[in-house]
Amino acid sequence: MAEHRPAASIAAVESGLAAQGYIASRQIATAVYLAQQIEKPILVEGPAGVGKTELAKAIAHWRGQKLIRLQCYEGLDEAKALYEWKYAKQLLYTQILKDKLGEVLGGAETLHEALAQLHDFGDVFFSKEFVEPRPLLQALEQPAGCVLLIDEIDKSDAEFESLLLEIVSDFQVTIPELGTVSAVAPPTVILTSNSERDLGDALKRRCLHLHIGFPEQRLEERIVESRVPGISQTLRRQMVAFIHELRTLDLKKLPSVSETIDWARVLVLLQAAELDHEIVKDTLNVLLKYETDIEAALPQVSTFVAKAARQNVFG
Amino acid sequence: MRENLHRFFRAARGAGVRVSPAESIDAMRAVSKIGFNDRQILRDTFLVTLAKTQEEKRALGDCFDLFFSQPEPPPPSAPDNDNADEDGEAGESGQANGGGGGGEAPDGADASEREASPTAGGQPGEGLGPLAQMLLRQDRNEIQAAIASAANAASLSDIRYFTQRGIFSGRILEQMGIGRLRDDLDNLTATNPSQAERLQAATDGLRDAVRETVAQALLLYGREEAENLRNEILRNAPLSRIEPRQVEEMRALIRRIARRLRERYSKPRKRQRRGHLDVRRTLRRNAAWGSIPFLTAWKRKHRDRPKIVALCDVSGSVARVSDFFLLLIHSLHEVVDDVRSFAFSGHLIEVSDILEKKSPEAAMAEIMSKVGFGSSDYGSSLADFEDEWMNAITPQTTVIVLGDARSNNLDPRADILRRIAERSKRVVWLNPEGRMAWGFGDSEMPRYATFCSVVRQCATAKQLERAVSDIVATYQ
Repeated sequence: MAEHRPAASIAAVESGLAAQGYIASRQIATAVYLAQQIEKPILVEGPAGVGKTELAKAIAHWRGQKLIRLQCYEGLDEAKALYEWKYAKQLLYTQILKDKLGEVLGGAETLHEALAQLHDFGDVFFSKEFVEPRPLLQALEQPAGCVLLIDEIDKSDAEFESLLLEIVSDFQVTIPELGTVSAVAPPTVILTSNSERDLGDALKRRCLHLHIGFPEQRLEERIVESRVPGISQTLRRQMVAFIHELRTLDLKKLPSVSETIDWARVLVLLQAAELDHEIVKDTLNVLLKYETDIEAALPQVSTFVAKAARQNVFG
Repeated sequence: MRENLHRFFRAARGAGVRVSPAESIDAMRAVSKIGFNDRQILRDTFLVTLAKTQEEKRALGDCFDLFFSQPEPPPPSAPDNDNADEDGEAGESGQANGGGGGGEAPDGADASEREASPTAGGQPGEGLGPLAQMLLRQDRNEIQAAIASAANAASLSDIRYFTQRGIFSGRILEQMGIGRLRDDLDNLTATNPSQAERLQAATDGLRDAVRETVAQALLLYGREEAENLRNEILRNAPLSRIEPRQVEEMRALIRRIARRLRERYSKPRKRQRRGHLDVRRTLRRNAAWGSIPFLTAWKRKHRDRPKIVALCDVSGSVARVSDFFLLLIHSLHEVVDDVRSFAFSGHLIEVSDILEKKSPEAAMAEIMSKVGFGSSDYGSSLADFEDEWMNAITPQTTVIVLGDARSNNLDPRADILRRIAERSKRVVWLNPEGRMAWGFGDSEMPRYATFCSVVRQCATAKQLERAVSDIVATYQ
């Protein structure tokens, strides 16, 4: 499990992630493999619930590295993301060291001399001990490397993106008082976005861009199989086929993979052997999160169930 | 292979994917790790490293398929070869047909060639130029390779416009030695007519192959440039007089303009919004260190997003401009808070709902069926607006009137426009007619202009973009 060396091939990435219960499509595996090989961050875009965050978790588990997560939101700034000075500690120390300072400066006759002596001590209060590392700085300081997940970058302000550029391209940050801090071991950086706003070109240019859409039917079946082992093959096939039909409708929020998995769990709990009209109707609220969507889907349920059942025969 | 990658990047740019040097370096590093063995993986690699949006991924995928499925134009000579044989020697033709039709492989062609040549008389290639020899050998792979290298030498990937096709074809043929071939042909016609005929057929095949190569290159490399040129022309063409077949292109252009405006104006500019010090929040935030204000908190200035009321003349020649204008305004959701649109010619109705719910084509058709095609009456339309919707105007509203102000000598009711101007932030009048025409004939423009903050001509997509951009910018 603890595997620090880069994976040897795309297939190795695929199987490594699969061992963590993350069934990756070839494109995802290619992106992860490349990110490792050419040390680039991955920017993952796609609808909510297709496993963007899950990917980062799976990678961290697979490599046995720590996952450091930075959740973005509006108003996030460098004090919360990068580093902060421990003001209280600085204050406390100046109080405690008052006497000591007096001693040091005792020999000085004039203010000018005292100042000069103080300069000799350097910036004692602006040293590493007084820096409170926030997620981004923490990620750079992990000796064994880590997976840095910058979640929902599109929720942050445009200025915050610029702050990330240095980390994302060179794995380093510059703290004015301390200088440049480089990564001990380059972290694997994963940024996720729901495309709520367009990200800047500067950030995009520095990343590999991966779009995770809704998976194909086969892949989704495998995902369900890995996540909900107790489900029978017939039911699995039917429910995935049903969801694929559902996604063809014009809905406000299409059911994504996380909903598929939830629904599979629900169906197993209800001990359904097969998909039928009644059970779908009763559990539709697991899949669809808006009243209008449920209303729009209800008339179609019978046809979709029938279609899904037929698929099972021929598939 | 490096050369090939570079050509691919160029083709990708042609397909509208913005490939920066940094990205191409990434892609090359990635490819050096991946190798060329698995085309599918190579494709994924390019998609991940070069394309940065969904659309780009789609475009790049198509481009990849086109690029790597490339040089297999149909065998230039096989059918010609058969014909030539039939002319020369009826007995051999059956066999030649069998060879050519059965395999279509170069070997098959070669075999028929070898059998055919002695009967045709004279050794092939004796005293002929290299190109003629190659053509007579009928080795497709060899010819293909020769075309490719000649295309490189002629820097075919610089092709941009379809008008350059002839030049590039000529250059490639020149590179391959068409001059010598012509001499050979002349000589052969005198000495060995049947071989000359075969060479002629092969030459025609070669020309076709080259032409096809050039056409494909144009498709790969020329798209961006051609599109830019077309867009430039389109941007400056008068909206009211574009041809029906250009309407769709113009819609696409307007959509692009809308996207550009969105990108420019939808990002919040925080610095500009910083207001006074927020004392309460500052104190609370610094409570931990005895209220010494290490961290400051600032109040935010409230910034209005544009509120727009658009009054569009949809009569006669102005209709098309209004169409594009409405399309533009309504695709600015992220930038503009609230848009209410009204259309008028003889009388005025609100059309916001129609535009929100329907596709641009259907919406415009419906609007036209309701109020279009009448003779315009600005006075009564303004009166309609004042009666019903005057309260839509707030001090934050920009009122945009789009029309030629030609009121068929009816009362212009400029007094209503004055009242509108008093209630609103600004009144902007966009007139598709040139300044020279304002005030002549039944144009009431000078009278209305008195009450407008801005009056400008707006006849082309470029002017439209600038006008809307200025309106939005006043709110920033």
